[in-house]
Amino acid sequence: MTATPLLSLRNVTKVFETPGGKVRALTDVSLDIPRGSILGLVGESGSGKTTLGRCVLRLIEPTSGEVFFDGTDITKLNPRDMKAMRKRMQIVFQDPFSSLNPRMRVHEIIGEALIAHGIGRTRTERRDRAAALLEEVGLRPDQLDRFPHEFSGGQRQRIGIARALAVDPDFIVADESVSALDVSVQAQILNLLNDLRQKRGLTMLFIAHDLSVVEYLCEAVAVLYLGRVMEAGDCRSIYAAPNHPYTKALLAAAPVPDPLVPRADVMLMGDIPSPLNPPPGCVFHTRCPVAMDDCRHILPTPQPVAASVTAACLRLNETVSC
Amino acid sequence: MTAELSPDIVLKVDNLSTSFIFKSRTVPALRDVTFTLREGKTLALVGESGSGKSVTSLSILRLLSSPGQIVGGSVLYRTRAGEILDLAKADARTMRGVRGGEISMIFQEPMSSLNPLMRVGDQIGEMLTLHLGLKGQALQTRVRELLELVEIPAAARRMWDYPHSMSGGMRQRVMIAVALACNPRLLIADEPTTALDVTIQAQILRLMQRLQKDLGMSILFITHDMGVVAEMADEVAVMYAGEVVEQGAVRPLFAKPSHPYTTGLLGSIPSAARGFAADGSRLPLTAIPGSVPSPVDLPVGCSFAPRCASSEPTCREPARLAALGADHMTRCWKMRQSA
Repeated sequence: MTATPLLSLRNVTKVFETPGGKVRALTDVSLDIPRGSILGLVGESGSGKTTLGRCVLRLIEPTSGEVFFDGTDITKLNPRDMKAMRKRMQIVFQDPFSSLNPRMRVHEIIGEALIAHGIGRTRTERRDRAAALLEEVGLRPDQLDRFPHEFSGGQRQRIGIARALAVDPDFIVADESVSALDVSVQAQILNLLNDLRQKRGLTMLFIAHDLSVVEYLCEAVAVLYLGRVMEAGDCRSIYAAPNHPYTKALLAAAPVPDPLVPRADVMLMGDIPSPLNPPPGCVFHTRCPVAMDDCRHILPTPQPVAASVTAACLRLNETVSC
Repeated sequence: MTAELSPDIVLKVDNLSTSFIFKSRTVPALRDVTFTLREGKTLALVGESGSGKSVTSLSILRLLSSPGQIVGGSVLYRTRAGEILDLAKADARTMRGVRGGEISMIFQEPMSSLNPLMRVGDQIGEMLTLHLGLKGQALQTRVRELLELVEIPAAARRMWDYPHSMSGGMRQRVMIAVALACNPRLLIADEPTTALDVTIQAQILRLMQRLQKDLGMSILFITHDMGVVAEMADEVAVMYAGEVVEQGAVRPLFAKPSHPYTTGLLGSIPSAARGFAADGSRLPLTAIPGSVPSPVDLPVGCSFAPRCASSEPTCREPARLAALGADHMTRCWKMRQSA
């Protein structure tokens, strides 16, 4: 891994003020993404994955904490400098149906990004660039004048990727970008993302709830629960030997497409608590199979457990050995 | 009715065809769908969007609304009394008796399938009053028992809750309680865990397995997730473009898929074993090129041929589902030949 990560989050916290009270969506999230690598962000609904993805791009302003992009703390940038920075950071959304304007043609959808960032002075120049992008994502240049409704879900997701690539970004947030797709089409898009990463040297924050997708695509993984990072680090070592009880439960709960694999019996009871009223101490203690008294009032801090893996759990030493 | 059904079979869907008939054109949604479900077992109906999984379940229960209608084939079902009914042709009165008491269904969306203005206890009670005529204290007791059966904590209190105050997993438990209210012999579960988080999905799957064992139900489990199939099902029928392309017992089918579509579907699932070469480099997934054909523009012959790597001119002839071995059927003639 290179010395300075392209993206560094330091104690990123986001609190939403709602009529029902304060929702702590993210608390003290610190993560690094080295250049050219993909960090997978996993967790259940309501764990704060999407909020974190938006905070990284300042589409949502973090309440506190720093977001360093290539050494610059972007939370301190003025709007003009931030706009210039956005050229280097793009996002691909989950829903390929609602994230494309149904009344715009494909070349306009891609061209809009180019106009916004002042790339391609003439219409022909922008059109040529859009055509090249379509080819890069596996569509045909003769589809430039079509509308989104003329494409399948997988093709629309390719258009969304082409739009994100239009401004030549270094970094992409992919927010559940393959979740809405059927598995055979999902595989096409995963292969495409993998190719693009290699060809363009892209760095990515890949948000997903499907653990196997993250295992396939990502070098590193961060497990989020109620807005806090439970465990983070090298993907293959965490999947091979999870340290945090939540990571263990999450991996055990995922169904394995092989009838010969015996069913895992590690099981979580109940539901994720409301972020309006997160439990004191370790936020996971209400569902943790190995919670003890201390977990109810002592907040565990992330600590190194293996080469490039950190986890936040009071019983780490015990659970590692069991 | 004089139809034949071997004694261990509870449901036999035979050449079932369903179309959506519009003034201008007819859209075939199901074409000659054929599968059998054994008593007390789980059959998974697996396929991607638009393959006809949900239309199959709606056809079985005759819940299709106009312009959808069954245009051919039969749905033989053995009732509790041992009578064999063809649900494809049964009259409305017979179907009312079948729904709920014999066959019941749970849907994907626990948010939209419950009435937001009714307490959950009343929604379960409605079934009991309608089908069994339960009232008063007996009704309340049975509602509480059902909520306890689906492992809802503090059932006596939660029965007075409205759906909005419950989580997705709890709501799906309530849906299961509604479905079980009249002791069905066959439960049709249409993507019951798709909208749920993986830890909650695991809870619901375990619950369904326990209930099946305790109550001796047969389950038709509709899903798109091969992982869920591997965990839940005894047998699996793979659907593609409104047809069953392969059916067989789960273990042999996963070990040796006998239709190129099944092979492709299994190869598309990302996993560490498939994802990396021995030297640690990442391998591309074996994605299926292209997308599912539109039902208004189906290919001639085998409907998978345009996306199939091993298709040949003969694949333009009509493909039929035929036995490959004991309890294994495939629609691919090449696979049968090479077996």
